Amino acid sequence: MAVIGASFAGRRAKRQAVTVLSDAGRLGALPRHYAICAALWCLLPALAVYIAVLAGHEQLLRWYLGDDLRQLAHLAAGDPRWVLQLLQEVVVNGGHEDAMVWEAAQRCAAYSTRIDVWRTVLAIAIATGGGVVGYLQVSPAIRARHRLERFAYGCLLASTCVAVLTTVGIVFSVLFESLRFFSAVPPLDFLLGLHWSPQTAIREGQEGSSGAFGVVPLFVGTLVVSAVAMMVALPAGLLGAIHLSEYASQRARNILKPLIEILVGVPTVVYGFIAALSVAPLIKQLGEWLGLTVASENALAAGLVMGVMILPFVLSLSDDVISAVPASLREGALALGATPAEMITQVVLPAALPGIIGGGLLAVSRAIGETMIVVMAAGLAANLSANPLDAMTTVTVQIVTLLVGDQAFDSPKTLAAFALGLSLFIVTLSLNVISLLVVRRYHEAYD
Amino acid sequence: MTTVERDNELSSTVGKPLLDGADDVKFSVRKLAVHYAELQAVHDVNLDIGQRQVTALIGPSGCGKSTFLRCLNRMNDIIASCVVQGEVHLDQKDIYAPQVDVVALRARVGMVFQKPNPFPKSIYDNIAYGPRLHGQADSPSALDELVETSLRRAGLWAEVKDLLHRPATSLSGGQQQRLCIARTIAIQPEVILMDEPCSALDPIATARIEALIGELKCDYTIVIVTHSMQQASRVSDRTAYFHLGRLLEVNATDKIFMAPEHPGTEDYITGRIG
Repeated sequence: MAVIGASFAGRRAKRQAVTVLSDAGRLGALPRHYAICAALWCLLPALAVYIAVLAGHEQLLRWYLGDDLRQLAHLAAGDPRWVLQLLQEVVVNGGHEDAMVWEAAQRCAAYSTRIDVWRTVLAIAIATGGGVVGYLQVSPAIRARHRLERFAYGCLLASTCVAVLTTVGIVFSVLFESLRFFSAVPPLDFLLGLHWSPQTAIREGQEGSSGAFGVVPLFVGTLVVSAVAMMVALPAGLLGAIHLSEYASQRARNILKPLIEILVGVPTVVYGFIAALSVAPLIKQLGEWLGLTVASENALAAGLVMGVMILPFVLSLSDDVISAVPASLREGALALGATPAEMITQVVLPAALPGIIGGGLLAVSRAIGETMIVVMAAGLAANLSANPLDAMTTVTVQIVTLLVGDQAFDSPKTLAAFALGLSLFIVTLSLNVISLLVVRRYHEAYD
Repeated sequence: MTTVERDNELSSTVGKPLLDGADDVKFSVRKLAVHYAELQAVHDVNLDIGQRQVTALIGPSGCGKSTFLRCLNRMNDIIASCVVQGEVHLDQKDIYAPQVDVVALRARVGMVFQKPNPFPKSIYDNIAYGPRLHGQADSPSALDELVETSLRRAGLWAEVKDLLHRPATSLSGGQQQRLCIARTIAIQPEVILMDEPCSALDPIATARIEALIGELKCDYTIVIVTHSMQQASRVSDRTAYFHLGRLLEVNATDKIFMAPEHPGTEDYITGRIG
């Protein structure tokens, strides 16, 4: 209804604006600016009040029904919220054996309807009032265009705040839950402990309830898997990027680049089961043929497949950076009698290096944060080992396993997930900051 | 008679495009035509370029003078759509013959570009880059010496001798351009091609480069593309005037500026077109 009112007021304001324009001829803005202003005056305050009343519906009901709720408190252990819910159910069911309850329920329904009606009336009244305000503001003294500009600015600012506040909120919730965890487990045990077995008692008094929360094996696992991944992704990505940007013809580039970018669209679950079902058994067979002991879930398989997953990311970033090296540098090198290969290795790559490093660090933080492939291919056992043929587990995998299934929300086991998340967040954040700094320095190089 | 009609009538070059004595000719260009895909940028150019002379190429933007210049060290090879027809002889040898090594050719025919393009390395490494590529210095001390001579010849030594390991990009535009010239000299080429080397520089830096060109022509053959008629008249021995991809007039610089033979040249140098 508020919307209809708003459009109606908008149209009226427009008509009025046109006549005022022709009379005075000196309005500070176009008629449509005043029209939109009037529409906003109409819509926004009314909408705000409507939503406020809607949100406070239950509060208002409790306030109206105060006496009834107190009398019927015995029905729901003294909590007025539950009594109210009960009454509303009674209304829906259409009857109750206790006459007092039934009367209270009917009163509840009546009040509820009354609030609904008043809410609508109030909104329409405010909308009309807003429309009148907007209507009266069609005058040269009010600069509608500037007001709209400010309104647009406010909307944009609010949108930005949503993103920023969400981030801040996540950081703080993770931080506080981690602090609760650290009150149960000493931070040093967490950071330096070599043993990870988070099985603790869910109920108090259970025997043998102290789990071990040493995070070192997890970070070693993360490190090994990411290192294997980077060993695949960095050389292949970099050389591929050099081929694409320096050697490939425009036609080949137009075909190859989209093909590579398809890899980005493959869901990580798909990579995960390729790793678990195809690559890991293959590595096991190969290893046994060579006389090595290979776990059927091993870090190597996970790392290799993860490397393939971040390959297009590295390739695409490096390609952008290499292409951004000015053509004048290439010509300068060629004009000195450098071959294309000499030009690339001695001039183009050094110039692009900071950007490539930045891209590489971004890729590392993606590898560290990757979960699905490792869950499926690298196993769950927290072995402290640097041998990529062993089963390993990573930080992200442990967060998943800690939170899967029914958990008491305040047990150290669950809270450990937050602590892991926090430490992972700090690691990837610092990697991102470093890569941003490196990339920024790179941008200054040609200015 | 409109300019276009005159151009059609006088399509062949007037003046003195070819030199008499074969010894003095560094480049001889015959029937050169260059196409970028559908567009023909250079039409039927015949021109000799004299040894140890400065030859200036002038003409309005888009007249094909830079394209012509880039044919002389085959820099146009980089552009995939570019097709070069005709003959370009350097010391009587065709540089477009199939057995020619482009890399070796570019070591003989150096190039300085419109915008200074130092590599993002130190000043020293910029100069040492070419000699290292071609193995021209046997020892580190020989390399040091080569760097110093090159910088001295480019008139930059006094300014940078204490900053050799600072990044080259920290120099001013004029210094960067002289660095690029020093970098080109360092590989001891026979010819230096300059594509509007002063267009990004202020008058003082320009004057320094022009003085440098005057010194360098004792040892090198220089071909310079310029938009400044004053520059052409100050630095060059011969001047070639290009218009719409054709070479309209070639003559000794004094002659072309004092008494142009082609009416199009006169229009250009007196400022009526271009």
